[in-house]
Amino acid sequence: MKNYRTKIISNQEISPGYFRMKILAPGFGENAHPGQFIMFRVQRSLPPLLRRPFGIFRTGFLPADCDGLPPKEFVEIVYKVVGRGTTIMAELHEGDRVELLGPLGNGFDCKSCQGGKILVGGGIGLVSLYMLAGELVANGCSVRLLMGGRSRDDIFAVTEFERLGVETYVSTDDGSLGEEGLVTQVLLRKLQKFPGAEVFACGPMPMLRAVHDICVANKTPLQVSLEESMACGVGACLGCVVKGAGHTEENPSYLCTCKVGPVFKSQYLDWTSLGQDDSNCRGCA
Amino acid sequence: MKEPTKTTVKRPNLVVEIAGIQLRNPVMPASGTFGYGEEYAPFLDLEKIGAIVTKGLSLKPKAGNPTPRIAETISGMLNAIGLQNVGIDAFIKHKMPFLRTVNTPVIANFFGNTLEEYGEVARRLNDIPEIAGAELNISCPNVKQGGIVFGTDPRAASEVVTLVRKHLQKPLIVKLTPNVTDITVVARAVEEAGADAISCINTITGMSVDVHTRKPRIANRTGGLSGPAIRPIAVRMVHQVVQTVAVPVIGIGGIVRPMDALEFLIVGAKAVQVGTANFVDPTAMMTIIEGIEEFCIEEGIDDIHQLIGSLKL
Repeated sequence: MKNYRTKIISNQEISPGYFRMKILAPGFGENAHPGQFIMFRVQRSLPPLLRRPFGIFRTGFLPADCDGLPPKEFVEIVYKVVGRGTTIMAELHEGDRVELLGPLGNGFDCKSCQGGKILVGGGIGLVSLYMLAGELVANGCSVRLLMGGRSRDDIFAVTEFERLGVETYVSTDDGSLGEEGLVTQVLLRKLQKFPGAEVFACGPMPMLRAVHDICVANKTPLQVSLEESMACGVGACLGCVVKGAGHTEENPSYLCTCKVGPVFKSQYLDWTSLGQDDSNCRGCA
Repeated sequence: MKEPTKTTVKRPNLVVEIAGIQLRNPVMPASGTFGYGEEYAPFLDLEKIGAIVTKGLSLKPKAGNPTPRIAETISGMLNAIGLQNVGIDAFIKHKMPFLRTVNTPVIANFFGNTLEEYGEVARRLNDIPEIAGAELNISCPNVKQGGIVFGTDPRAASEVVTLVRKHLQKPLIVKLTPNVTDITVVARAVEEAGADAISCINTITGMSVDVHTRKPRIANRTGGLSGPAIRPIAVRMVHQVVQTVAVPVIGIGGIVRPMDALEFLIVGAKAVQVGTANFVDPTAMMTIIEGIEEFCIEEGIDDIHQLIGSLKL
């Protein structure tokens, strides 16, 4: 992990309210694992004061220029405009100077390739699954991706996921794209068809909770990627903690989302408390 | 900086001494914003900063407050972490081995739930030779016991400092809260009780509400406000304390840029602590140290002491 003082390569709206940003980051890719994140400094001046955490969508190299220089390496994020920080981000252009810290945190454990893999992504949660899908396919796993959203606007990068060799299934609450309904009903069907599968999920807390309940009922291993508001991203501020399994008043267990997570094996979390503070408006000072 | 100037001009002396602890420069992290040092080792050279100040330590490990614990506000942040820490024993066992390898003075911040616990932690800190000094926290606004109960009442403050002083043979810095009507009263009390230095200010109690849910934005309801938003208040209070006590004062509160640190030094702080800025930019302290050095060169100052307390009134 490193602090990059760097610049934007591109910043484009890909779906209403969703943007893709490519940022120049030499040497980033070799240290980045699926499920890790960056802390992004929106602009040099204050406010907004704090950096914002974003899941890494992918890393890669730009096509080499004809000037003979080595190809430029980038990290790419996808973000949804929700508050002040992301509103400012949406206005940024190629060449604008930004700072990012990363790659941070513990990503997905994707070494085992027993059985099939089912990835469940809700809205912006799809971001953290792209590199994971790529790695799982490269390891020879058969990967099915269930993409869920409120409407078609929340579904992005379908073709890119498919190009990795992933089977995709889309569902939306309003039926504007794919099947009408919740992504979890698709998950229930897939688990019946592939009972030995391992599940990976990233998305809003109600979705994660439902996926957790389904996986517990089906005795299916589950890894979840959490999103919490955080100040530092490196384990110093202790602002992003979640309760671990077995947490009690007398014997408390708080885990840093930034350092122990953001990806957790779901059995290590205290699901009775998770998401209780979901109404907390994230970073919208 | 222009190259020719840099090679011909002598680098200013930034060394300061706080309560017998020699610092290579007056910049150190504020407790609770720098973990136990190791968290920031990937981003900056720990041997370039003046000192390392640890997260507040207690006798037993402390779990901290429920979540959400932080909320961003205009040019600041509210936090109510609740002094989560590994406890003094785990600190000695797991955190000290790394800190021993770093050639920078380590200042252990500590607190107790009771008067007795303050004394006991002080005793334990004595047994760690590599700890250069201790910073006594009597100012955390976010826990019921430990901290602010002692820091807002001059008599209670005096009592805890007297007790800790009895048990601690190392330099003792006492960290004060701004959540009082007159900070100079508490400052005088802790000086008389034996503090070797005073650091101020801790965070200012604040509150923020989510208008959609109508709930407080942090679970503890109130939290401590930090960041650039509080800097003018901090500068004012440091100025008042410097005018009141003879012991050295460490200035804290919203320092983000070099010129922010300079403000505190000019009003008379002998050193400064950088807090929230570490979250914003993990290399912030390096930028601040370099900026102080450049300022001295530009102003023809060859020793930082020429700047400290040079406020013109």
